[in-house]
Order: sequence, then C-alpha cells, then structure tokens
Amino acid sequence: MLYRECGVFKPTYAEDMAIFPLPLDKWGMGILLIVAFLVIPMFADRYLLTSIMIPFLIYSLSTLGLNILTGYTGQLSLGHAAFMAVGAYTSFNLSFRLDLPILLCFLGGGLMSAAIGTLFGIPTMRIKGFYLIVSTLAAQFTIEWVITHWAWVSGENVLGAIDTPPMEILGRSIDTPVEKYLLTLVVVIVLTIFAKNLVRGKIGRAWISIREMAVASEIIGVSQFRYKLLAFSVSSFYAGVAGALIAFCHLGCVQITEFELLLSFWLLGMVIIGGMGSILGSFLGAGFMVLLPIYINRVVRITAGFVPSDILTNLELMIFGGLIILFLIVEPYGLARLWLIIKGKLRAWPMPY
Amino acid sequence: MGRKLIFSLFAMVLVASMVVVSGQAMAAEKKKEAPKQYIPLFAYRTGPFQAGGSGQAGGNEDWYTLVNIKGGLNGVMIEFEECETGYNTARGVECYERVKSKNPPHIQPWSTAVAYALIERATKDKIPLSTIGYGRADASDGTVFKYVFPLVTNYWSLSTAKIRYIAQVEGGLEKLKGLKIANLHLDHPYGRETRFILEIMAKKFGFEVKHFPVPWPGIDQKSIFLNIRRFKPDWIINRNWGVSCTVPIREAARIGFPRDRMLGVWWCGSEEDVMPAGPAAKGYLATSFHGVGKGFPVIQEILEKVHHTGKGNISYGRVGSAVYNKGLIQGILTTEAILTAQKKFGNRPIIGEEMQYGLENLNITKERIKELGADGLMPPVKTSCRNHEGFDVMLVTQWDGNKWVQVSAWIEPFRDLVRVEVEKSAARYAKEKGITPRKCE
Repeated sequence: MLYRECGVFKPTYAEDMAIFPLPLDKWGMGILLIVAFLVIPMFADRYLLTSIMIPFLIYSLSTLGLNILTGYTGQLSLGHAAFMAVGAYTSFNLSFRLDLPILLCFLGGGLMSAAIGTLFGIPTMRIKGFYLIVSTLAAQFTIEWVITHWAWVSGENVLGAIDTPPMEILGRSIDTPVEKYLLTLVVVIVLTIFAKNLVRGKIGRAWISIREMAVASEIIGVSQFRYKLLAFSVSSFYAGVAGALIAFCHLGCVQITEFELLLSFWLLGMVIIGGMGSILGSFLGAGFMVLLPIYINRVVRITAGFVPSDILTNLELMIFGGLIILFLIVEPYGLARLWLIIKGKLRAWPMPY
Repeated sequence: MGRKLIFSLFAMVLVASMVVVSGQAMAAEKKKEAPKQYIPLFAYRTGPFQAGGSGQAGGNEDWYTLVNIKGGLNGVMIEFEECETGYNTARGVECYERVKSKNPPHIQPWSTAVAYALIERATKDKIPLSTIGYGRADASDGTVFKYVFPLVTNYWSLSTAKIRYIAQVEGGLEKLKGLKIANLHLDHPYGRETRFILEIMAKKFGFEVKHFPVPWPGIDQKSIFLNIRRFKPDWIINRNWGVSCTVPIREAARIGFPRDRMLGVWWCGSEEDVMPAGPAAKGYLATSFHGVGKGFPVIQEILEKVHHTGKGNISYGRVGSAVYNKGLIQGILTTEAILTAQKKFGNRPIIGEEMQYGLENLNITKERIKELGADGLMPPVKTSCRNHEGFDVMLVTQWDGNKWVQVSAWIEPFRDLVRVEVEKSAARYAKEKGITPRKCE
C-alpha cells in the first residue's frame, strides 16, 4: 500500500528505463539529496563531517569499485588498497608538480590507477578464484614497495609522506570541512550515477554473466578477457579517485601505511556486509564499517561505564568478525538484501504477500 | 524459521541500542564543578606496538595522577582521557576531531604517521602538537612549524650523536675513517628517515655506511643478516620498532656479531624489546633521551604515592621501563609547559594558543629538575621561537641481562650539520604549503 506500483504509467522508454521509476523512489532520493547537500552542511558539527561523513563517502566509493570487480564480475581481489594508493600519489604529483586543477588531478589519479589495475588484471586470462587473490596480493605488495622505494613518487619527502597542496576550484579555496565534504559528495554522486548506469547496461550484464557461469557466457559470445580487464580498470579507477579523495579531502597527509593490506581486507568486509553485486550495498557496508567503532564505543560506555580502551578496540574487531560470519551464514547478500526485503514487504503491506 | 529469527533478533538489538545511544546523547548535562585541566592522551594499547604504547601511556598517566595527588597545577586538577588509536592514522585523526571540542592544551600523537597527518589540522586549529623523540625532525625549526614541538632530541640529532658515540668507543673521530657501519632499518618511512644524514656523516668522516632495509613487519631477518655478515661491519645500527627490534639481537647472536657493537634507536631500547631475546641481548646498546631505571626520586615518589595507594595506571613491574620513562617525561614536559603558560595567563585550565606560548618558552633548569626529583632522568630543557627542540643530547644505555645501565654521559650531536638540514627541510615544507616563516627575536 505504501510502495505501490499500480497507477504509475510510463509512456516513454526513457521513463521506463529510469533508475528510479516510482514517484516514491524519486521523492525519497530527492529528500536524501536535500539532506546531504543542505541539512548536513548547515547543522552538522565538525566531528560529524570530518570523522563520519567524509570517510563514509570515500569508503563507499572505494567499496563501489571493489563491488564492481568482486560483486558483479566475481573476480576476488585483495589489492584494492594499493590501487587507492596509486590514485593518491598520482593526484598528489599532478597537483604538486604540474599545478593542475584539482578535479583534473582526481581524474588523473583515477586514470593512472585504472592503467595499473588493468596491468594487474592481465593474469585473469588464465587464473580464477583463489589464485587470482594471490596475484592481486602481489599487486598490493609490489605497489607498496615501489612507492616506498621510489622517492620521486612521494615528492622526495624524506619520510615518504605526501603533504597535499591546498585545493582550489575556480579561484575559491577548498579548506573548510564543509567545502571538502561538498566536494567529496559531488564526486561520489557523479561516479555513483556512472556506476549504476554501467551495471544496468550491456557491460554490467556481461559482468554478471561472467560471474554466474563463465563457460556459458563465453559460449554465447561475451569476450571474457575484455570484460574482465574492463572490470579491473573501472574498479581501479574508482579506487584511484577514492585514494585521491583520502589524500586531499580526508587526511591531508598520507603515508603508504594508510593503504596497507589491512585496508584491502576491510574493503572486502564492507563489500560482504553491504551486499555483493549491489550499488546500495556498497554504501550500506561502508556506513556500517565507519559507524561500528563509534557505536560500540558509545554503547559500551553507557552500559558498562569506563572500559579500558584496548578492550574496546578488541571488542570492535571481534564484533566485526562475528558479523561477517553472521552475514555469510544468515544473509549472504548482505544489508542490501535486507533493504530489498523491507521494500518487498512495504509493497505488499498490509497483506503478508 | 531459524534464519528469520536470527535476523529479526539482530535487527531488534540494533534498533534498541540505537535508541539507547541517541537517548543518552540528549541526556542531562554534567553537574557544575571546579574547572579541570583536560589533557587527552593518544594511546595504543592494541595493535602491533601495544607493548610500547601501554608503557608510554602508563608513565604519562602515573605522572598526572601524582600531580593531582600533590594538589594539581596551582590548584587546577588534571583530567586526562585516553583515545585508542591502535597506531592507525585514520583513527588518530578521528581521535583528534573527537577531543578537539573539549579544548585540549596540546595533542601527543605518539606516532609519526598520526603526527604528520595532524600537523596541518592542528596548525589551523591553533592546537600544539608534542612529538617527543619522533615525528618530523625539521619541526625543530619553530619559524616554520609554529605549533609542532619535538621538545627532545630529534632523529637527525640522534643519528649524528650515535656517530659521535661510536667515535668515542673507537677512540676518536679520526678512527671513524675506514669503519664499516650497517644501518639496519625498517623499510618504512620512519626507518628510512635517517639514511641521508648517515650518508652525509659518512662522507664527512670517511666511514662506509650500508643500508639494510627490513621489510615490514620484520619478523624474519635471516637473509638480511646473511648479507650483513658478508658486509662484515664493525657496528650495526638498529632502527626498527616493535617486534622487528628484538629479532636483530637474536640474529646477531646467531652470526656471532658482538652485541656491544649494536646500537639501537631509542624505540628499540626498552625492556619489552630485549627481554624476549633472552641471554642473547646481554651487552646490547641502545640510545636514550632520558635516564633509565627506577632509581630516580620522582619514580620512587610515584611508586609510593600512586602505586601503593592503588591508583597506578600500569602494572607495578613495568614502572621504570624505558617506554614508561618516556611517558613520564612527556607528562613532566606537559605540566611544566602548562605551569609556564599559567604564569602568564593565570592559574586556570590552559588551552591551545596559550599552551603554544608555554611550550615555546619552556625553561626547565637543573634546579627545577632537582625539585621535581628527575635529576639524571632528563637534561635541562630550553625552547625558543626558533628552536622547538628543547634539548638535543642523548645518552647510551647497555642491557646487562637484567636491567639497563647508563654507559655514557650526555652526548652532543653535530649541531651545525643538523641545524642546516633542519632549516633546509623546513624551508621546503614552507614553500610547499605556502607558509611564510615568522620572524623571531
């Protein structure tokens, strides 16, 4: 009754193919955008912006990239954090050495990361599954090594850390949390729309066919190698832009330790919890991960009073691991599936089915 | 049925706890009481460096507890709070944002990576960063880094002082010619930081330095030590952190390299690093920016007034370890800076800008150190607008199998050489960031 489809007529193909065909969806998305663009910048305090919203958006973008690779195309990858590093360091060099406008730097970072991702995707021609994990692990370690040892990449800084130059768009400098948040929001929204359309179209269907049954998709003429490489490049592009955003909008000064193997594991965890093969799932998974430590902190402090900080941190890791196990057993499609179930129930409400 | 039940239970718990959390957020305010000096501590009691991190936090907190027992800072009690970073930069930044609203006097990240990430933020927010014995060495130049305070010997001063000690042991600076020194370091920005300064010294004094990077996390260093054996060095410098500090000691025993020719950085010079190596560690040398052991009057006072009354913040047996003393010194430097600021701004809680004045005008004389009971624990500290490195001497300690023994006097670095490099690097940073260095009288 609340989420009905009857009475909604779509006379044109464009309306039929829209991402949000129902008016309730359109209204919901509109309200969400108003909250994101107007309400949050006006009313949120600095802590909410810099420690919750910006990391949430950046990790969502990165998880989106990994979801395209692992969720839609079925290629397991543990090298995602390294591609983020490539994007971060490339965008830094473009900004620091060539003084390009910031959006071009992000783009450049993404493209460089896509190129390197494609390179490391070449082994997919021959290997699958666990063995692919190992070769992406090689990407993770190789890129880390190169960045640590090649001083030119980190601006010849003696500590290998990059200090990002101040950002400027059309003469207006971007240095307050609100401005950084809005920049991140715009970049993430544009790239999400791009990803959503990509996975809804011919390319996305090819990816899904590769994931479901590679042999059958090859037989019907889907070029495995081309589409797998495309998945690697698109996914690395997203990772690159996310890495650039971390460097410029979130931390301001990054070392290679930011993009270690552990981050690759976290991102994979976000994909699993959020939902593999789902755009919404990437956001849900990333939001979950960003909020979990803060949430546990508050709950434990309220219920148990003062707890030593190391118990809290270990508790987070235990709960995170437990949740991954819970999700893999009970709901392998993650939080996104939960949302779909709720939507389905809302469509039929008050009837049970 | 099972799956649905589990999931709905999970959803109910989630919703219930969200309600509790948001309800608490809107709860009544705290009752009014005398204003306290809020001091945040960034600790890492989890993660790969928890052995060191817990020691540092313990020393720091014991000192604040003692100050409170003795009446506070001119009557103002200290309220300290820990924020767990796990040595992770993103969490360090999150901790910073969280404590910022409580008007901290300064931030002590206890991590080079976190310090780097916070420098720009803290400078904009006008909150000083204290980075004792780690962090950016070029922050010693106060004209560029107004809000960053190394306060104790920076890494470049340390490296040159190490060479001076080696020369002392060998019998003079001329004896350095032709010497072979192996620089074993973590293949990580922290580890690579001192390579260039060792090469400058090598060119100046005619010794040969070869770098042996240890890939993270440095648990297995057998192949590296085979290479070191081939190099046949006279000295090995151990610049690691965490478990990668202990492994070289065992490996050196294995290849028969005398441990009393191994000189570790101060982050490789605590009980937690040498005890796991067992008898192999006897004779191992490490540098330090403070005195070792618990024989100092201030530590005895802490044991008596804090631990024996059950208010200790760390297990009894760890009081007086090297990392504990580092935390203790950070505490002393903090409270002395607050007292200095209070002299100018009044006996009340001190916040950011005022603390910057306090940290920049520190002058802890020998008499004051004796008053505090820290004679021999720390040398006199004097900072100024130009120089944020309060003192730049170091001493060498040796592990005798049971405890650390001081085996040298306070050794000076090659000050002019270090200052030139510091100013060069700081100028580069200023150019990158578009900062105009301030003028100091």
